[in-house]
Amino acid sequence: MEANRQILLKRLSAVGYVADSQLAMAVALMQQLRRPLLLEGEAGVGKTEVAKSLAAVLDAPLIRLQCYEGLDAQSAVYEWNYQRQLLAIKIWESEAVSAVEKEKHVFEEEFLLERPLLKAIKAETETVLLIDEVDRADEEFEAYLLEVLSDFQISIPEIGTIAARTIPLVVLTSNGTRELSDALRRRCLYHYVDYPAIDKELRIINTRMPGIEQHLAGQIAGFVSALRREDLVKKPGVAETLDWAAALVGLDIRDLRDAPEAVHESLMCLLKTREDSEAVSLEVVERLAGKVA
Amino acid sequence: MTEAVPLRIEQHGEVTIASRIVGFARFLRDKGFPIGVHEGLDALRLVRTGDWRDADAVRLGLKALLCASDADWRRYDELFDAYWRRRGMRRMARIAGATSRRDKPTLAGSGEPGNRQQEADRLNRGDEDDLAAGGEGRQAGASTMETLYSTDLRHIHDPEEMALVYDLADRLARRLRYRMTRRHRIAARGRHLDLRKTIHRSIRHGGTPLQLAFRKRRVRPPRLVLLLDASGSMSQYSAFFIRFISGVVDRFRDAEAFIFHTRLIHLSDALKERDPVKAAERLDVMTMGWAGGTKIGESLATFNRQHAERVLNSRTIVVIVSDGYDTGEPEALAAQLARIQKRARRVVWLNPMIGWDGYEPVAGGMAAALPYTDLFAPAHNLESLAALEPYFAKL
Repeated sequence: MEANRQILLKRLSAVGYVADSQLAMAVALMQQLRRPLLLEGEAGVGKTEVAKSLAAVLDAPLIRLQCYEGLDAQSAVYEWNYQRQLLAIKIWESEAVSAVEKEKHVFEEEFLLERPLLKAIKAETETVLLIDEVDRADEEFEAYLLEVLSDFQISIPEIGTIAARTIPLVVLTSNGTRELSDALRRRCLYHYVDYPAIDKELRIINTRMPGIEQHLAGQIAGFVSALRREDLVKKPGVAETLDWAAALVGLDIRDLRDAPEAVHESLMCLLKTREDSEAVSLEVVERLAGKVA
Repeated sequence: MTEAVPLRIEQHGEVTIASRIVGFARFLRDKGFPIGVHEGLDALRLVRTGDWRDADAVRLGLKALLCASDADWRRYDELFDAYWRRRGMRRMARIAGATSRRDKPTLAGSGEPGNRQQEADRLNRGDEDDLAAGGEGRQAGASTMETLYSTDLRHIHDPEEMALVYDLADRLARRLRYRMTRRHRIAARGRHLDLRKTIHRSIRHGGTPLQLAFRKRRVRPPRLVLLLDASGSMSQYSAFFIRFISGVVDRFRDAEAFIFHTRLIHLSDALKERDPVKAAERLDVMTMGWAGGTKIGESLATFNRQHAERVLNSRTIVVIVSDGYDTGEPEALAAQLARIQKRARRVVWLNPMIGWDGYEPVAGGMAAALPYTDLFAPAHNLESLAALEPYFAKL
């Protein structure tokens, strides 16, 4: 197990995701116990990235279901291809076939549009199923999802029950905008993705931007970490840190203290609300830059 | 790979690893972790196939398996150490700075525990006949109820009357909850076509959609966030409000409750306690040691910082119950309330003092808050609470 985890950490790092041993353990357990993994955390900490990186490491296709308010079970599973069905009905109008026959023909698999959940279940090889932002969907959808994740079979009234050929690895993410049901939480393994510590963020910067000057990278990691401790409306996530690093490199800034005005202007990569932009003034930038030099 | 260790629960009276694992799962469950039979079995499986002597692996593995929320996540390590290494547990209440010594709890107005037990029994039975019978010896029946409805809550001290009022508050809360969560369905005629059903029906007619099917519209119920002022000046009313809030929050999944005085505390867990007497006890424990003046602005700031993101959306109704006496800056209060009003659907401020003769909202805090509220209403007796019902039902 220990060996597996180490290998997993290395492979994740190789595809660009810096994980800690807790996450590696969660992923290992996912495969061993065949339970879904629930990732919670603030927006922008890299929850979706976990699923993408896992798919890359396992060389498995990533099937993504993006949840939204009003998502109903049907749209996540399948949709009938109405246009083709109507067309088929019209074409067969003159044929000497009974209505019952026509109905049977029109509800065959060729007229079925597969949506993510059905795709994941019918896949021939193991897939990674990412159910993104499950807290945006409502309780009914959650209940249905729970059913699917327990039995891994889907029943379509017109066709019958389709059982899974392979069990997908399921990753759910939640931003915490709504309380998820106890039943779902219990079914899943849990991992809380927090903002990275300075050294981890530095490793992330180096992994995603190899060749960046170490002095600057260290300053960036320190600056963002200090910025998160300020009283902000919206704390910058990891994606924002990487954007900012790219911006600084593009602006040819080697040291944060060299060009405070330019650095201040570049903060639009990190601060996404007017309140925060106004709160972090030039003086604040200079203070923080001085701290991390 | 190390060889698998036989994991029988009892072996010549020795306590084996398996029984300790099961004990750990049970220990966590007692602490509120949602752990069922499957989780226990998976925990055993985990330990059996892995190298259980690697303590770190066991810790991490069980953490992923047995936690279900970030609150669990944060408590886990301490609990793991407490169980496996028998390290003492330092605190029960998760409140920074407060001590958690259980003192003799008090409920506003009632005194001895004996009294409270009777009251609890009466309330738990919840039978109107019982209550009416309890009211014998005084004017029983409808007229007592009516008087109680309009009596200012701070004037009610008789335990029997209080029991009656509690029960009425319960019912009011339940009605309010019902009105707010009922969903409307417009089935026969709606604004949106249900294409799937329509096509199903059209097959019968050779593909011509003669019979249209409409989609049912559902009105999503609003979310409720309650912020209750627990300061001394409000103490005469707090007990009743807690009762009322319990009734609304109970099984109303989208409701959150907080109390504040010098700081803000997230209440919902304490209120999920079924026994209302125990709920009030837990609250007393949490609020003990709160000295000093009310800091509404700061409490709202804490709310905005730690909870607003999670609980406020365009469907949320925020209800603040407070007399507005604030020792902080009125501008700070106004600024924080403005932020809340921007994100929530409605901000309702309930002030018991409005029911008092001659009250005018001139105190700095209250006056500053007024422009950022959508409804400013009294809440000093059951009548005023009942008057809220149509307002909430309309939202």
